[in-house]
Amino acid sequence: MGNILKIASRNLMRYRRRTLLTSALVVLGIVAVMVFVAVAGSFKAMMVGQITDSMLGHLQVHRRGYVASLDSLPLNLNMPAGMADKVSGVLGSTPEVAAWTSRVKFGAGFSNFAETTNIRVVGIEPERELAVTPLSAGRVRGGREGGAFLQKGEILVPELLARGMKVKVGDTVVLIATNKDGSVNGKTLTVRGELASVTGPGGRDGYIHIEDARELLRMTTPEVSEIAVRLKDPEAAERVVTALEPALGASKSKDVQAKKAGGGSGLGIEVHSWQRLTPFSNIANMIDMMTLFIKIMLVSIVLISVMNVMVMAVYERIREIGTISAIGTPPRRVLSLFLAEGLILGLVGAVLGTGLSLLTIYGLNAAKLTFNFGQQQGLVLTPSIGAQDVIVIAGIVVLVAVLASLQPAWKASRMDPVQALRHV
Amino acid sequence: MSLVQAEKLTKSYQAGEIVVNAIRGVDFTIEPSSFVCFVGPSGSGKSTLLNMIGCLDHPSGGKLSVLDTDVGSLDRHAAAQFRGKYIGFVFQDFNLLPVLTAYENVEYPLVMVQRWEPAERRKRVMAMLDAVGVADQAGKYPGQLSGGQKQRIAVARALVASSKLVLADEPTANLDHDTAIRIIELMKSMRSEFGTTFVFSTHDPKIMAEAETTFALEDGKLSRNGR
Repeated sequence: MGNILKIASRNLMRYRRRTLLTSALVVLGIVAVMVFVAVAGSFKAMMVGQITDSMLGHLQVHRRGYVASLDSLPLNLNMPAGMADKVSGVLGSTPEVAAWTSRVKFGAGFSNFAETTNIRVVGIEPERELAVTPLSAGRVRGGREGGAFLQKGEILVPELLARGMKVKVGDTVVLIATNKDGSVNGKTLTVRGELASVTGPGGRDGYIHIEDARELLRMTTPEVSEIAVRLKDPEAAERVVTALEPALGASKSKDVQAKKAGGGSGLGIEVHSWQRLTPFSNIANMIDMMTLFIKIMLVSIVLISVMNVMVMAVYERIREIGTISAIGTPPRRVLSLFLAEGLILGLVGAVLGTGLSLLTIYGLNAAKLTFNFGQQQGLVLTPSIGAQDVIVIAGIVVLVAVLASLQPAWKASRMDPVQALRHV
Repeated sequence: MSLVQAEKLTKSYQAGEIVVNAIRGVDFTIEPSSFVCFVGPSGSGKSTLLNMIGCLDHPSGGKLSVLDTDVGSLDRHAAAQFRGKYIGFVFQDFNLLPVLTAYENVEYPLVMVQRWEPAERRKRVMAMLDAVGVADQAGKYPGQLSGGQKQRIAVARALVASSKLVLADEPTANLDHDTAIRIIELMKSMRSEFGTTFVFSTHDPKIMAEAETTFALEDGKLSRNGR
């Protein structure tokens, strides 16, 4: 093998300029892909993080049919206390789950004593909410420094609503809501602060304490509209949903009709990953799709450039192939000689390309590039690439380089020595 | 026992729409350790005959036996194996690999065709370079050597794997007369030293005079069978 590699590398160096150009093309291809994967991955992670960590959570558990009626915030589809407790029990015994929190969601009238408007309100458990959506605290504008995120008797008013209704921190406002039995109730609350909007569903809801919500809605037992869940690994969302569904006796939404028709079974629960709850998952999918296309382009670049070099190499060395065949070199060793050239081109390109990519990614991090996403301004781009991605991309390049050499190498190994020796 | 034996050997091939009968039923034998020359004008079939003896080409008819092996029946892989084990080649254009030094060119059959141990290999290659008189050029690449030196290295490469038979197609065609004579003398002395049979082709009368046995070919037929 050592001799084959020695001869192959010397043959590559015979045509130094051509080898250099091909290697440069492979290196540039790798740099383009790795940097794109790192930047797009960073953008995707930040975008997903902003959505899940500000409001959505990684998973949400609802009573069956709730998500389909989400716009009307149906109180009659809240989970009764027993059902919510069972869900909490299952979540507590699921190792992938980092934290979860209960929410009560409803629509209400919002009055500043001068005028009244509509508001969507989420009753939250403040401490647990922050454990599930750690960026929530950062959404609060104004109000007291430090202290609890939200206390009983307080409301976090959506910033656009606060401006429109001209309410300020410390003002007293009234929420008027109708419970599921049609009974109307009102509650006076103090404005704790303004809540910055976030991109995505529920991004313009106001927050009150969950106990205030239950009091306002005159709940006799602690009902829950949704349970938001934070996972230790956000990438595992779909896998955890699949694992939780049977444990919760849940059904996939597409099975709901069938379950309804057949009477259904289990707790009557639905589990949704963040991808199924927000249209922004499509952007994440588009980023994945673009990454795939970029990888396909890399494969094409490597395939065409290496194949071009190897076809030329075989054509230019026909007499040499005839000579080594004539003196008894077995066809498989002739094949190895040319495959080794492709392998070296791929390896050199992969090593140099990876090195240059990592340097570029380091430089981008040092440059601290910023971008805006929805209402969030000045998010710092932190491109990074995992070892697995590096290995896969470098591996693909080496493999494709060898595959690209296969046809020319095969042709060389099958060459008739008499014809090859006559070649001028 | 003859080293090479041909009986009613024919070779024809298609050239466009016409069939060319390159060899038309020749009979000859070549004895071990002999120094044999095939002579004849261009197109007489010398190269075709050498190619068949060297298992590079298959006969179309008749029988050709080399070292008691019917070479016409060898497939591609078996023929390569047979060549690597028993036959060495010297080419008109030397055909040294340009990316290898003189030493590495001679070493090539012991590395890529046969599998010799490194120490044994080194000893054998140096002995061969010494025998052909270019040991001092071992580290040079073909591009740095004269035609005569290249052909000496080609002879060393042909002999290094203890070949029984060396085939040389017009080995002196690209050399000046004095160098050509020296190469033929070198081949002769190698024959004496290693007992290897040398079969070469030429159309140079002075070179053919050096052969011990000469077969004259004309239009694919032997016009003078041995001497």
